[in-house]
Amino acid sequence: MVGDEWEPKIVAFLCNWCAYAGADLAGVSRLKYPPNIVPIRVPCSGRVDPRFILEAFKKGADGVLIGGCHTPNDCHYVVGNFKAYKRYILLKKLLEQLGINPKRLRLEWISASEGRKFAEVAREFTEEIRNLGPLRLWGE
Amino acid sequence: MRVGVFICHCGINIASVVDVERVAKEIEKHPDVVYVTTYKYMCSDPGQELIKREIKEHQLDAVVVAACSPHMHEKTFRDAAKEAALNPYRVEIANIREHVSWVHEDREKATKKAIKIVRSVVEKVIRDVPLEPISVDVTRRCLVIGGGIAGIQAALDVAEAGYEVILVEKGPSIGGHMAQLSETFPTLDCSQCILTPKMVAVSRHPRIKILTLSEVEEVTGYVGNFHVVIKRKPRFVDENLCTACGDCEKVCPVFVPNEFDMGLSLRRAIYIPFPQAVPSSYVIDINSCLGLEPLICGKCAEKCEANAINYDDKGGRIEVDVGAIIVATGYELYGKENFPEYGYGQYEDVVTGLEFERLLSATGPTGGELRRPSDWKVPKTVVFIQCVGSRDPDNHKPYCSKICCMYTAKHAMLYKHRVPDGKAYIFYIDIRAGGKDYEEFVHRAMEEERITYIRGRVSKVFREGDKLVVWGVDTLAGKKVEVHADMVVLATAIVPSEGTRDVAEKLKCATDENGFLKEAHPKLRPVESLNTGVYYCGVAQGPKDIPETVAQASAAAAKAIDILSQPKLYHEPTVAVVDGDKCTGCKTCVSICPFNAIRFNEELKRAEVNSALCEGCGSCAVACPSGAITATNIRDDQVIEMVKSVLQEA
Repeated sequence: MVGDEWEPKIVAFLCNWCAYAGADLAGVSRLKYPPNIVPIRVPCSGRVDPRFILEAFKKGADGVLIGGCHTPNDCHYVVGNFKAYKRYILLKKLLEQLGINPKRLRLEWISASEGRKFAEVAREFTEEIRNLGPLRLWGE
Repeated sequence: MRVGVFICHCGINIASVVDVERVAKEIEKHPDVVYVTTYKYMCSDPGQELIKREIKEHQLDAVVVAACSPHMHEKTFRDAAKEAALNPYRVEIANIREHVSWVHEDREKATKKAIKIVRSVVEKVIRDVPLEPISVDVTRRCLVIGGGIAGIQAALDVAEAGYEVILVEKGPSIGGHMAQLSETFPTLDCSQCILTPKMVAVSRHPRIKILTLSEVEEVTGYVGNFHVVIKRKPRFVDENLCTACGDCEKVCPVFVPNEFDMGLSLRRAIYIPFPQAVPSSYVIDINSCLGLEPLICGKCAEKCEANAINYDDKGGRIEVDVGAIIVATGYELYGKENFPEYGYGQYEDVVTGLEFERLLSATGPTGGELRRPSDWKVPKTVVFIQCVGSRDPDNHKPYCSKICCMYTAKHAMLYKHRVPDGKAYIFYIDIRAGGKDYEEFVHRAMEEERITYIRGRVSKVFREGDKLVVWGVDTLAGKKVEVHADMVVLATAIVPSEGTRDVAEKLKCATDENGFLKEAHPKLRPVESLNTGVYYCGVAQGPKDIPETVAQASAAAAKAIDILSQPKLYHEPTVAVVDGDKCTGCKTCVSICPFNAIRFNEELKRAEVNSALCEGCGSCAVACPSGAITATNIRDDQVIEMVKSVLQEA
């Protein structure tokens, strides 16, 4: 599977108020980034259950991005971003134990006015995952 | 399920990058999709009619519209579906414009990504349950934060429409910066003469309550039902008793710089901010008064016949319920200390535009006679520098402060009126005079008032004897310019007022990279925040002049009135739900909810959600260890199916 044809598959959980709107602004500003990232809109980064991420890796994602509002005070739901952050730190440890490079999971704070940042993160993260190569789980 | 998928071309915005017909063909393969079509402009009237017709025709019980961002037209399409008797919560948007066609160029890859997105949204919609909005009552009262011209106009409009208004102002008087201005462009109206009648109207209005020296401490709740805690700092003078006779001021032994005059004059520790202040009452400056320690001083209290002075005033805490909030926290100037090349604010005769206003003003330190601060001589040569800190992304602020071209022309003109034999030079980058009668005003400054406009920047201002030497460049003539001036006026950038960020955080409103309040949509929702029920006006949202500020204030008021006049408000029903049979009573969710929307029922030993308070963030659903809480219409099974779907090859 690895070769010229392989393209990284990345799932992005974007919070409705900041990161999703930031991605919208990247679009409105016509900023280009690779099409590997496919977004899923969630109300809040605090809604992202670690199970969603594990499921994504299980189903073939090579990378997972979580986009939330800036800490400490931007979260539309007050502290959802902090919850996301705590779960993210724990999940990174778990990923390592599962043999998944924790770099494959990334959390970024992207505000509604940061279209440029969203495009940059998308470019950078796609490149990083491309360098890491396809994810191989046990038994594969 | 019978799902209909409507794919929009958005003219060529989507169709030029995404092969919409191929997307349609792929989506048709989904077992629940019974109807797929593409159309040039789905949001147009015929587009919406098409959706309505096909809902009926094919008895659709769910719809996916693949188009622009849901932030644009989710409501449009949900409303259309509702008209065709389809539950609006069974309509979902797949964003294939902002997230696909506008950001990708490779047609093949963009089309594949679009297919994945649309497919994942189909997976979501087939699992969506029909919902009815939750209705809540409205508190028919409005909070206005900031008592400048923006807040004043907004408060008056809302009050005139018949609703109560609480106007909160941080300082001791309403009026804001407009009260400090001498005359206003392009008409040269006296600023105070046009402002003070409005200030009086606010103070006399039966439905407006002014709270000066007050700040918003905490805001909870949601549109129609905000609960606000306001902290009132002590005035030490009872504003109802004070007659503003001024006897107290005469005996006060303390002198400190007067903020209203930008430090160009002195005031006492007990003072009235300016003669037309509202409320018309003296105030004691806690930082400089000696009398708060009554053994040291107490002269003003002894002198006050009205017995209005109370050294024991502790201020207070006011709690109020409001239905809508208007933020009008205004601006301040970007400090002179940021400019080493212009003397870090060390030269007394290098002043900001606002200081110059005070020197021109009839109520200012010189009584309207123009004199320079260092020796109070009449300056014979004045240099005005525009774009000081504005339009300078490398060193200062990237944006245009918008008002400086006009007020600099006004300053130079007013200077020439007061000192007819004086010379005025203006260094500018461009002249931006895009308002009604503005171009004519600048033209008058150039042609009739004989003000010298020099296109170029100033590199340095330094003192030589009692002169200020200005080194600049005339880029049109391509040569260096040196002016020996008596006074230099800097049109420094305007920045959001200090408290704006803090207020925005308390209201859960976003600010942009320059600290201005970020509106819900820059073109179509310019006075709304993303937090429904919170509106913006004035410079806190972005640089603007007085006419624009007033217009925006009336717009924000209209938006607030829209909320306050509703018989009922409807709350999103996408809230958390507890399955009582699964709840083990661990109370994890109770502690995690930032809105206090979850209550533990001690009798039944299970958690309960107050759906009017729940904002639907879904944090509790993640935290619940027994899986008893679900986030309506963004349940775990929905997200997991979406994940699977986006990872399938397209």
